[in-house]
Amino acid sequence: MATYTLTHVERKPLSFTLPVLALAGGFAGLFVGTAQGSALLGVVGGAVLLAILGFVCVTMLDGAKERPARWAITIAMAVAGFLVGSASGAVVGFLFGWFFGWFIYWIGEGRYRANLVPYLTPGQVLWHYTFRVLCGLIFFFLITPIVVVMPLSFNAEDFFTFTPEMLRLDPEGYSLKHYRDFFTSPDWQQALWNSVTIAPVATLLSVTFGTLAAIGLSSEHVPFKRAIMAILISPMIVPLIISAAGMYFFYSRLGLQGTYWGVVLAHAALGIPFVIITVTATLVGFDRSLTRAAANMGANPVTTFFRVQMPLILPGVISGGLFAFITSFDEVVVVLFVGSAGQKTLPWQMFTGLREQISPTILAVATILVAISIVLLATVEVLRRRSERLRGMSPG
Amino acid sequence: MSDTTQSGPVLAADGTPLKKSLQKALRAQKLRALALVAPLLIFVLVTFIAPIADMLFRSVENQIVSRTLQNTVVALEDWDAEGGEAPGEAVYEALYWDMFLAAEAKEHTRLGTRLNYEQTGVSSLFRGTGRGVDDIGEDQIDALEDLNEAWEEESFWYELMTGGDGAAKDGSQLSAARERLSTLTTDSYRGNVGFEPGAEISALLPRTVSEYATFAVYTVFVEEDVVAEEEPWEAVKVALIEELKAGADLSGYSGPGAEELRAAQEMLADQPDIDYKAAFLKEDKDWGSIPVWQTIKTYSPPFTSGYFLNAVDLQKTVDGVEARPETQQIYIMLFQRTLFMSLVIMGSCILLGYPIAWILANLPVRTANLLLILVLLPFWTSLLVRTSAWKVMLQQQGVINDVLVWLGMVADESRLVMINNQFGTIVAMTHILLPFMILPMYSVMQTIPPTYLRAAKSLGATNWTAFWRVYFPQSVPGIGAGSILVFILAIGYYITPEIVGGTTGTFISNRIAYHISSSLNWGLAAALGSILLAAVLILYWAYDKIVGIDNVKLG
Repeated sequence: MATYTLTHVERKPLSFTLPVLALAGGFAGLFVGTAQGSALLGVVGGAVLLAILGFVCVTMLDGAKERPARWAITIAMAVAGFLVGSASGAVVGFLFGWFFGWFIYWIGEGRYRANLVPYLTPGQVLWHYTFRVLCGLIFFFLITPIVVVMPLSFNAEDFFTFTPEMLRLDPEGYSLKHYRDFFTSPDWQQALWNSVTIAPVATLLSVTFGTLAAIGLSSEHVPFKRAIMAILISPMIVPLIISAAGMYFFYSRLGLQGTYWGVVLAHAALGIPFVIITVTATLVGFDRSLTRAAANMGANPVTTFFRVQMPLILPGVISGGLFAFITSFDEVVVVLFVGSAGQKTLPWQMFTGLREQISPTILAVATILVAISIVLLATVEVLRRRSERLRGMSPG
Repeated sequence: MSDTTQSGPVLAADGTPLKKSLQKALRAQKLRALALVAPLLIFVLVTFIAPIADMLFRSVENQIVSRTLQNTVVALEDWDAEGGEAPGEAVYEALYWDMFLAAEAKEHTRLGTRLNYEQTGVSSLFRGTGRGVDDIGEDQIDALEDLNEAWEEESFWYELMTGGDGAAKDGSQLSAARERLSTLTTDSYRGNVGFEPGAEISALLPRTVSEYATFAVYTVFVEEDVVAEEEPWEAVKVALIEELKAGADLSGYSGPGAEELRAAQEMLADQPDIDYKAAFLKEDKDWGSIPVWQTIKTYSPPFTSGYFLNAVDLQKTVDGVEARPETQQIYIMLFQRTLFMSLVIMGSCILLGYPIAWILANLPVRTANLLLILVLLPFWTSLLVRTSAWKVMLQQQGVINDVLVWLGMVADESRLVMINNQFGTIVAMTHILLPFMILPMYSVMQTIPPTYLRAAKSLGATNWTAFWRVYFPQSVPGIGAGSILVFILAIGYYITPEIVGGTTGTFISNRIAYHISSSLNWGLAAALGSILLAAVLILYWAYDKIVGIDNVKLG
């Protein structure tokens, strides 16, 4: 992207560079200042420091020796951070230094205009970057909670918070004990076993029924298609607590409440809409003449299905299955009501853990689950692209 | 052979008219499609739709009163609930028969719990009376047994009731007893009882035989004992005493125990009548309380709107529907809170989701796909993981507070309270539901050609006008789809409010769960659930109209 520029990039006058840098420095200094006890000193110090650095880098060095100058700023800030707040201070200082080293040249040399159309007014440029920063903050909001969990799961103490040792990056502050806990505690192991035995069976049920039904629904001759579709999708729409309540009442009448099969059936019902949606979406692009061609060559419907149709819609079926799997694997409300202590799944164990005895073992489990979901997400993405390529819908 | 004139219908290869042949093929296709759909449809109907229907049924079902107090409910029909007087002796006598059997079958506590939802104190009233109900008529029974010890002997009673070997039998009382018990406990009582009432004694002492038959069925099927080896219940003896005192005509009777019966009738003539009303009042003076009887009468019919009224803070009384006492009014408030918080969550999801969807749709594909992972990762991450993450972030010793304290923006002793209140629920649920807003918006915005904006600008529109007049209207379907989806999901959320909501941040679903698992008021839980379900179905219908259910996209 940086290989060509739309706009001529030129050095900005000091009357622009220095105030902008001072403003940014003052803003950063505010945080450092409040942390160290004096906000005013922080603001003034930050503003002055960055203005001087900007002046030195852009004017005195004349933009030359950019790389050494940036490294110098980074290292100086890291050292300063270390003197104030040891290891974690050094990390923060390093990041500050790295960022401002880049920022000084970005502003001073006018590089911020490089990828923008030339006719934008300064106000529009400002808005463009403000908007980016806002979006960055929202992404930060989306991802932080998940990221924060990970280091905390290596906590050496039984706390849910960062200990001073962890902040000093002291190896003493970190340990694998919560993971050990997870792999040795019979409660957690039982829960893991239950999750692992319930989810695949439920998935299998919903994928088998769901794929058949999706194929049936894709034919244009189905009567009451809308109504059938509405019924099949309803488990996704009806609030879980209502499904759970209904299933609890009804399954107790049938004697299924508190049994393995009760939970499996309930989870299969919840997973069906996902299979239906993904498989019907795949079938939209399916070329019906292929099945006709197969029939023409003498294949019976079963052979046609397994040798022609199935390989083509397989990506959709698998990703529907993954959705169904994750639905069952993550589900807690229904299992809480339909299951009994013998069907305690991982999410259930986490739920009780969060409500009653809070232990960071939950965070270790959470980290493992995040890893699993990353793998699943990657699989689904790959499958989706493969399916689109197979059907010639997009270059992927 | 076949007539091949040009004027006839077009024929298919096998000689049938083409139209017919096509119709047949079409029907076959239809049937095949239906056959493919049928297994799943049946599966969903059984595992999902039937439970929902069962819940709807439970929200109006109220057979427990008429099942448990079979005789009392009939006797109460004549009682004037607004007359200001407790019911008469007949009702108390009916209550005796019902309570005795209910207490034996341990069904009276369930009824007490049920009626306690409507009138506090009924639960302990039923429980206490259930313990003391076999003392009623004690004096008369003692007198009977003092007269002849045979009245305590199980074999004598068995002989008396069967009429001896070879006597004519009458099975009607026995089937009535089976019926009565299975109505009470909803179990079935099929099979051999090892007892059949004698025809003569049944005609002579119907009430006694009826009670004895009930006792016999219960002994065989529930306690799994032999009838002939068990002493009958007090209720059987009370029934006998009542019938003898009422002047059963023993003159023609010559079956087993005729002597003893005559002696007993003679002796009982001098004994006072059993005063059921006084006996119940002695057990608990609340049996004289008119509100208790009014409650029983109000809830006698097999179906009731009581649970629904309760769910909207009303109650049913003899005077009609009226508001509950101020202190018990919580459901309207809870529904309002659920609605309000879902709207706030939906609003913040729109505010946060719109810029993200915009930037994803307007960045180069490669960058957009990378950033999309940041949206999809939370979407794929376990709900429990995200909820525990927010617990870690928001609590008073949590990450956000730590950072704020470290930055010196908040004093250590005045850490912010961000969890166990509405704020916590709103923040956590906004985060959890945000991907459901972004994804539909993104898929709509992808289809808006960027040239429109440029065209608007080249025609002289400012940035804002171009966005507001050209881009925004085209993105509205995305906002609508995302909003309905988020709102539907938010309105029924249970886990997150339960963990981060405390008492002020909980939803109606938490109350439903509480009624199912803690207070065991299933009818009320079902009624609350039905109202919530109705709200969601209306939204679902709207979603279907606006977006179409087959257009739902995942990931």
